[in-house]
Amino acid sequence: MNKSFLMRNPSTLWFLLGLSLFTIVVTILSDAGLGVMSTSFVKTLGKTLCLCLIAVAMDVVWGYCGILSLGHFAFFGIGGYAVGMWLMYARTEGIVLDSLATQTIPPTAQEVTDAIGNQIFGVVGSSEFPMIWAFSDSLFLQLLMVVLVPGLLALVFGWLAFRSRVTGVYLSILTQAMTLALSLYLFQNDSGLRGNNGLSGLQNIPGFENTPQSTISLAFFYASASAVALGYVLFAWVTSGKMGSVIKAIRDNESRVRFLGYHVESYKLFVFTITAVVAAIAGALYYPQAGIINPAEIAPIASIYLAVWVAIGGRGRLYGAVIGAAFVSLLSSWFTGGGAPAIPLGFYTIQWTDWWLVLLGLSFVAVTLYAPKGIGGLFDYLVRKPS
Amino acid sequence: MSTLLEVDGVSVSFDGFRAINNLSIQIGEPELRAVIGPNGAGKTTFMDIITGKTKPDEGRVTWGDRNISLLGMSESEIAMEGIGRKFQKPTVFEDQTVRENLAMALHNPRGPFAVLFYKKTQEGAKRIKEIATEIGLSDSLTRRAGELSHGQKQWLEIGMLLAQDPRLLLVDEPAAGMTTAERELTTDLLKRAAKTRAVVVVEHDMEFVRRLDCKVTVLHEGSVLAEGSLDHVTADQTVIDVYLGRQ
Repeated sequence: MNKSFLMRNPSTLWFLLGLSLFTIVVTILSDAGLGVMSTSFVKTLGKTLCLCLIAVAMDVVWGYCGILSLGHFAFFGIGGYAVGMWLMYARTEGIVLDSLATQTIPPTAQEVTDAIGNQIFGVVGSSEFPMIWAFSDSLFLQLLMVVLVPGLLALVFGWLAFRSRVTGVYLSILTQAMTLALSLYLFQNDSGLRGNNGLSGLQNIPGFENTPQSTISLAFFYASASAVALGYVLFAWVTSGKMGSVIKAIRDNESRVRFLGYHVESYKLFVFTITAVVAAIAGALYYPQAGIINPAEIAPIASIYLAVWVAIGGRGRLYGAVIGAAFVSLLSSWFTGGGAPAIPLGFYTIQWTDWWLVLLGLSFVAVTLYAPKGIGGLFDYLVRKPS
Repeated sequence: MSTLLEVDGVSVSFDGFRAINNLSIQIGEPELRAVIGPNGAGKTTFMDIITGKTKPDEGRVTWGDRNISLLGMSESEIAMEGIGRKFQKPTVFEDQTVRENLAMALHNPRGPFAVLFYKKTQEGAKRIKEIATEIGLSDSLTRRAGELSHGQKQWLEIGMLLAQDPRLLLVDEPAAGMTTAERELTTDLLKRAAKTRAVVVVEHDMEFVRRLDCKVTVLHEGSVLAEGSLDHVTADQTVIDVYLGRQ
């Protein structure tokens, strides 16, 4: 089934080919090869791949199914927090055990737990492990949480929203409220996730203390590339064939689909939940490369950027989302990271750190008005349509 | 001819306005029925009630051989019971091909997972071909529905109804905006469809109704004013008064 499916979707094959080439080129340029690409840039590229993955998910939920969710970064963040809890616990445990090993009397299990709690929660004036850290000592369970927590949240939230037939801009506001509420909750010190400090030191992978970051960064880069490839194929499959037909039909005329006998709410819930889970997986891969996660990452603005990437890249085509996310996020770090030279106008100097957002906003408006197909629409000129 | 749909004493009001007032209609199977009436007579609301879009304040709507009630069922459940509806404005999925439009309407399981793992069958392809031939679009299967002419869109939508294999077809103003030649084809299409199932056509256009040559129900202010052959109802003094606006 998969074989014929890939044959029927040449753009998926081209994408996979491009991604493989990109991975090979990065490997050659990195420390594993010629060593001309810095470790931090490999990490940036790995993170960008994770952003591409969540953008693909966003494209499916918005570009294909017409649900403008402004909350998918919340799922991304939850994925990051879930894996971050294990990373932080396991690493702190290692450090604590090392320091206690010099004592003449071997420490009790309670002493170890207390010391770990003190290390992790000292910044918020606590040493107790909150309930939600119950599984933090198990990598397997935390990885399960990466999938289960956002999946359940999306399922419950989506069920409530879609069942009440909340659509359009009202649904966008609702998803926005969800991500804002989550972000505000996490900002509190007693939320159990270290308040505005967030989780840090996530780039140190327990068990690989002696492995250089250059190797770890490459490993995460490969993992991110594989995740993008798998996610892309999954969504290309979902959005092709009859399922794709129904999803696009829901986007274009929901009530007509209902009168055809389809239970529209189940379809929306399916799409919303599966994209939320993929967004969370992207987050779980992103934050170990970023090294730190804090509640500001989940702020509503992040989810709005996500929509902007997809719109600029081109809604309703998966490679468009990938292009949009990669292009805009890399450009964004170039402009805001001081890469772009300031432009002196005599009476005023344009500092890109301040003006980049203006530029981004203007390009968003321009794309929406004059090129609704986005950058991905350019490919239509390359491929002659069979008539 | 057995009774397929029975609407009994149904009333519905919107903000105090009685759109439907103690309406009772029976539709048999097979049957072709035209429903006419001036603007605001409740024709579209009548269809909304049957298809589950509007819930009536009182009355009963029973369906099928086992006389089940359609009230309290959702739109998609009612559609799966075998009631298909064509809207006034042609609503086909313009971004997709004629084939995809028809494939979506084919009578198949409608759950998300059944659809996700759906595989095209020879049988389905054959049925799509048949319907496309029936609606005169067999050469246009790979065209985008958005490229079709207004009349062709109307036919495609009727074709989607046929693909659903319904027992009752509700058709709202199928001839609106059609040329004379297109109208004739549409009449034939509906007449053929009514040989094996029930077809209810809501129409303004008396000429079109005359061509359908079937039993006519005249609605006025939400209830049945007259029923019978077209000649019978047009000879009725109350119908003349309503249509000419005399009180």
